[in-house]
This record gives sequence, structure tokens and C-alpha cells, in this order.
Amino acid sequence: MALDVELVKKDFPILDQLVHGHRIVYLDSASSSQKPAAVLDAMQQLYETTYANVHRGVYSIAEESTRLYEEARTKVAAFLGAASTREVIFTKNVTEAINLVAYSWGRSNLGPGDAVLLTEMEHHANLVPWLQLKAERGIELRYLGVDGDGQLILDDLEQLVAGVKLVGLTLVSNVLGTLNPVAEVARVAHAAGALVLVDGAQYTPHFTTRVAELGCDFYGFTAHKMLGPTGIGCLWARESLLEAMPIFLGGGEMIRDVRLDGFTANELPWKFEAGTPPIAEAVGLGAAIDYLLAVGMADVRAHEIELTRYAMESLHERHGDDIRIFGPPDAEKRGGVLSFAYKDIHPHDISQVLDEVGVCVRAGHHCAKPLMRRLGVGATARASLYLYNDEADVDALSSALTSADRLFS
Amino acid sequence: MPGLEDLYREIILDHYRNPRNRGELPTPPAVRVEGFNPLCGDEIVVFLDVADDRVQDLRIGGQGCSISQSSASMMSAAVKGKTVAEARATIRAFKSLMSIHEQRLDGADDDGAGAGAGGPSVPEPEVKLGDLEALQGVVRFPVRIKCATLSWNTLAQGLDEAQETSATPS
Repeated sequence: MALDVELVKKDFPILDQLVHGHRIVYLDSASSSQKPAAVLDAMQQLYETTYANVHRGVYSIAEESTRLYEEARTKVAAFLGAASTREVIFTKNVTEAINLVAYSWGRSNLGPGDAVLLTEMEHHANLVPWLQLKAERGIELRYLGVDGDGQLILDDLEQLVAGVKLVGLTLVSNVLGTLNPVAEVARVAHAAGALVLVDGAQYTPHFTTRVAELGCDFYGFTAHKMLGPTGIGCLWARESLLEAMPIFLGGGEMIRDVRLDGFTANELPWKFEAGTPPIAEAVGLGAAIDYLLAVGMADVRAHEIELTRYAMESLHERHGDDIRIFGPPDAEKRGGVLSFAYKDIHPHDISQVLDEVGVCVRAGHHCAKPLMRRLGVGATARASLYLYNDEADVDALSSALTSADRLFS
Repeated sequence: MPGLEDLYREIILDHYRNPRNRGELPTPPAVRVEGFNPLCGDEIVVFLDVADDRVQDLRIGGQGCSISQSSASMMSAAVKGKTVAEARATIRAFKSLMSIHEQRLDGADDDGAGAGAGGPSVPEPEVKLGDLEALQGVVRFPVRIKCATLSWNTLAQGLDEAQETSATPS
């Protein structure tokens, strides 16, 4: 059954308002998505009825709070197809998930001359933690290149992966929308003895995620891009890996025992969750998963393909050579992330003029400066689509571009 | 709510479409300074020829949005031929024009008199900003203030470097 966008829109209170007198057209979900009432209500309900710290109190609301927090973990485990909740570590976001791997696994497994293979299209979150290790430990960083269509160049994969200890890559580019063949890369990487870390920030909100089928060893995603709140994300990793890894942040919650001369770490997954966790946020994430599953991830993705195709076709049809959309031309092979250049108007100016008619798009380097250099641009404008967007939203963007043209040409 | 006409005044669009003093100068004698806006990736290059305590010539390179480019263009016209002290006073006056929002956030009052809403709260005496006042509308779009001030911060750095260079005996 196809997704009914009219019904979906009604679930998002923020979409029912005017900006500068115009209906809000939110096209920046790749940056952060909006939240349905179900998520807001679940968090509000917790705070109003059963909120207390988790894993501490024995009184009833503390038990209920703990139950809800751990229930969210169970929902995440099922949503990812994880083997057990012990593999699901709550983090602040994907950035923290990758930093956890770089600090804990990286600092106990990588030394001078050890190599990590990344790609040119990584978000800064999957570059800087490894650049830190390069500066600190002298590890070697290698990169898979990107071709003119925004696809990874995999011709040299076998040579590049030789001797590498970890391959880190994004599943969907936050700039190009490219859907990377992670399972294929993972097969080659594993054959060469490397582990595989996948940044799922732009994938999990839009696709059915099955970590086993992806063949990765580490996987990160964040709640706020998939209808959930900010402040909570997740690192999934195989249990045997997590068991062998040293702790990351130290403090309460992550310990079994603390003496004045030492400590014993808690068991998984709490071993990696120091301090009071984001409790209401976990509940909100659980509610977001429930919402997405009720809509159906297959329908979410089908809608994305259909709307992405409409956007690419209609923008090209109306604006011809004035618009250049980066990334793969085939909607089936990409996410709904549309970075574009329009005439020679700077993305900031495009975004500013679009705002005048309520159209929200991102302008900038999208935390991917090496990729911007590769594309030969300082910045791009980026419209990104989600389940609450429809053809009218794309049309509003397209018309607003014509206004920008009138102002600056 | 501020409208686009507050931001994109005709004179701003004119400087954007026809930037003044665009290009390069040989270094030395000119100094070359780069400024970056890490938020948007804009970059500006200022070539600055300072001799006899005066901005003899300057040229602007780099790429950016209409606000950063027009601000740089207007800046180049405003300080070319001025003494270093005059150029610095113009920088102060312009940055004060751009800081209205921050001052309001700080709760600072503009003595209850003179400059009203949208006006410069700390006027720099003796400095006539002229066309540059067209950029005043930018303060109503806080995210864009950094676009407008990028070239000015770069110029300030360039003046420092030029003066250090001339102070060092060769």
C-alpha cells in the first residue's frame, strides 16, 4: 500500500504552520528530521507519569522508567536485526558512536603504520576521529575515490584494502545521496582481514536495516534524522568485538564495582554507557521506530524513490542546464538527498531566497569538505526528502529557484 | 519579520554583479591574507599594498555569497587610498554596525537616545560609511553577519601583517 502523505503530514505538528505567510516546506531532513506527535507524546508522557533515573531506584516509577529505557533498546535491536540487545549501545549520535570505536577499538588495535581505509565522501564524523589517530599514532589513512556520477571507485579496492585493519564508509552519502555497495565492500574487506565500520546516519531513516546482511562489524545511526529526538544515537557491533574492547567513557552506570585502587567494568551493553543516559530520548527513539514500522519501511523507501525521481525529472525539465544535481542520476541507486548548483548563485543566497517562501533547504559544505573540494565547489544547496514531503513541496522549491534567478541575474 | 528587500538592497546587488578591485597584486610588496568562513566554506583573499602608512592599493579574490562578495567590494572602495589609521577606524565602524544584534542580546542599552531600532548603536565618530550602510539590513539575519564581516576581519589581519612587515628591518 502506498504511503498517504496527506495523512502523514497531519502527524507532524510543526508542518502545520506558516513561514513568512507561506506553508512551511521542510526539505532539510538529511540534516535533522521533524518529529511526529507520537514521539513528542511518548516523551511528554514519560516526564509526566513515570520519569526517574534508570538502573538505580527500586521504587515503582524508577522500575517503569528503566523498563521503558530498556524496551527502547529492544526495539532498536529488532529494527537493526541485531542478534541481541547486548550489541546495542546508546550513544549521543553517530559522531559519538564512531568516536567510541576510534577510542576504544582504535587505540587498542592501531599503531604506527597500521592502515584504515575510508572514502572521499565521508562526513567529517567519519574522518576526524581517524585523522586524530593519524596525528596521535601515525596510522596510515587511505581513501576510496569518487567518480563523476558520485559513485565510489572500487576498481582498486583489493589493492587498497590489502594490509588494512579497518574499512570505514557511509552507506548513503549525505551530500550525493549515493547508496554505496557496502555488502560488496565488506566481503572484500573481510577477505583481507579488515573490520568494517558503517555510518548509517542517512540510511536507517529510509531503509530496512539488517546489519547481518550488510556484513559490517560496527554500525552507527542517530535518532534525530529518523523522526526521533536529538541527543541519542546508537552503536551496534558484534558482541565478541564489544566484549574484547576496553571501556570508552568512565563514570557511573558503566561499572560493576569501584574500589579506591581500581574498578571492574559493567557487562554489555552498559559497559559503554557512562553516566545517566538520555532516558526520555530513548523512549522517543522507541516511539519513532514504532511510527516508522507502522508506516512500513518498504513504503518509506518506495515513496523516497518515487519523489526523488519526480524531483530530478521536474527540476531538470523546468530549469534545464541551469541546475546541476550532484550524485547518481538513477533514483533507485540513491537516497533522497539532492545537492545542487543553480546557475552561479551562491547556495547561501539560494537558501535565503527560498526561505522567503517557506522553503527550508540546507546551504554549505554539509560537513564534507574533502568531498566539496573533489566536486570543485565551496558549498552546495541541498534539498532532502522524507516521508512527509510530496510533489507540491518539490514544486515549491522549483518555483522559488526561479525567483532567486530573477533577483540575482 | 524582515524581508528580503532589507538584505538584498540594490547597491549590494550592484557590487555583487560588478565587484570592484577584483584581482591580485604581486607579493611582495603586497601582503596576501586569506579568510575562511568555516560554516559555509566561503573564502576571501585580500591583497594589500601598504606604504607610507597608507593603503596604496588592494585587490580582492576568493569566492562567496552575494553578501560576502559585495561587502568585500564595498570595503575595497572604502579603504583604498586611506591611511592605515583611517582604514582601521572604518573597520571598527563597520563592525559596530554589524554588532547591533549581539549588543541587544547582551542587554546593552544604546543610552535610550539617538540610534533607534536597526541603527548603529555605537557610532564611530568621524567615519562616514556611505554605501556600506546598505549592509545594515544584514544584522536582521544573524546567520549572515559572518558573511558580511569576513572580508573586514581579513583586512584587519592584513593591516597587522603589513605593519609588522614594514616594522621589520630588512
